[in-house]
Amino acid sequence: MLNFIDTVGEAVAGIKDGSTVMIGGFGNAGQPFELIDALMDCGARELTVVNNNAGQGDQGLALLIKEGRVKKMICSFPRQSDSWHFDAKFRAGEIELELVPQGNLAERIRAAGAGIGGFFTPTGYGTMLAEGKETRILDGRGQVFETPIHADVALIKALKADGKGNLVYRKTARNFGPIMAAAAKHTVVQVSEIVPTGDLDPEIIVTPGIYVNSIVKVA
Amino acid sequence: MSVQSNSRAGIQTSDKPLGRDDLARLVAKDIKPGSFVNLGIGQPTLVSNYLQPEQNITLHTENGMLGMGPEATGDQIDGDLINAGKIPVTELPGASYFHHADSFAIMRGGHLDICVLGAFQVSATGDLANWHTGAPDAIPAVGGAMDLATGAKDVFVMMTLLTRDGASKIVEACTYPLTGIGCVTRVYTDKAVFLTGPDGVQVRETFGCTLEELQALVPVPLTAAPAVER
Repeated sequence: MLNFIDTVGEAVAGIKDGSTVMIGGFGNAGQPFELIDALMDCGARELTVVNNNAGQGDQGLALLIKEGRVKKMICSFPRQSDSWHFDAKFRAGEIELELVPQGNLAERIRAAGAGIGGFFTPTGYGTMLAEGKETRILDGRGQVFETPIHADVALIKALKADGKGNLVYRKTARNFGPIMAAAAKHTVVQVSEIVPTGDLDPEIIVTPGIYVNSIVKVA
Repeated sequence: MSVQSNSRAGIQTSDKPLGRDDLARLVAKDIKPGSFVNLGIGQPTLVSNYLQPEQNITLHTENGMLGMGPEATGDQIDGDLINAGKIPVTELPGASYFHHADSFAIMRGGHLDICVLGAFQVSATGDLANWHTGAPDAIPAVGGAMDLATGAKDVFVMMTLLTRDGASKIVEACTYPLTGIGCVTRVYTDKAVFLTGPDGVQVRETFGCTLEELQALVPVPLTAAPAVER
């Protein structure tokens, strides 16, 4: 069921304590800042957050971490020059980290949306990030068994939606949006523009509306 | 593989060590025309400054783009168009965008010809360590390093040969946590270009030292590469 929602607050109101939340974006590109701010305001705690990074500077995901709302991060690249809020929480032992090679992160998210129960990948074979995981030699290469990452909610950003919830993105801000939209039970999208159904050429739609639950326009 | 006219005796091709830009120029020259290439963050990014238009190289960035252009300046800067280092970049005619799972399928699926990465250590058999020092207080961050190392057809490393303490970064076996096993095919350093693989370490050329002087610095057996490799 697709809903067009007036405010970001209403769009995230259903997120409960202990939820797993996927947040789109690679660095700041594609990060749905307004939805994250609303998530902060809604008060949900003990969150597991899936994002490529662990927040930058003093905005968005970084603030959610600073306020102690994130119990666990699943990401590929937490440490950056301006990831001071994550760094402090991590060093204080106040946040759990599941570090995943970026391509495995993407494919585990994709697998969840595609109904795949797991897959073997050469990435990480023989490294400490494969410790404790099942391995096989397939096609002559060592490969590691990886499992899907499901989520209760995905918060993503797209450029435009039409009346059917079909989405198009902008440049490298697309990044994790399409796969997170498919992987979560409930997908909330902030867009810059909502256009009438039929205005988006079906040939250029990136995320079909079947994956989308809530759309909110953000100025 | 670049073929040079140097004789076997002429393995030393420069009378002094190469600076970062000279090394980047050399890597750029060695990339075959028409290649699809991913340049890692840091020193490897310099290579893009020396790629020539007639080489027709297409750059991939793991955050979802083929056909990446130079760093953006002034009015070109667009927060939605960044590279893997989160630096604003530009798009070239013929560029394409795709989501993260497709971007890493491009790597894992063996479609990239070359990636160029930095490294802490490379072993004699081409194991790579470049993501984590293993220090107890270090916050680990892997990004796409493991995916690139295992996915690209050729993995080139760019680094200084020695650490600040004078230890060789080419080692018998990596002591830092591994990024990938047996994945590095070439190592470009300030003092020499090494070819790594199951047959051990061959030296393609040296800069500011002889093979014997180089061997005194590197704790694995070195041999001169066959002339055809040079």
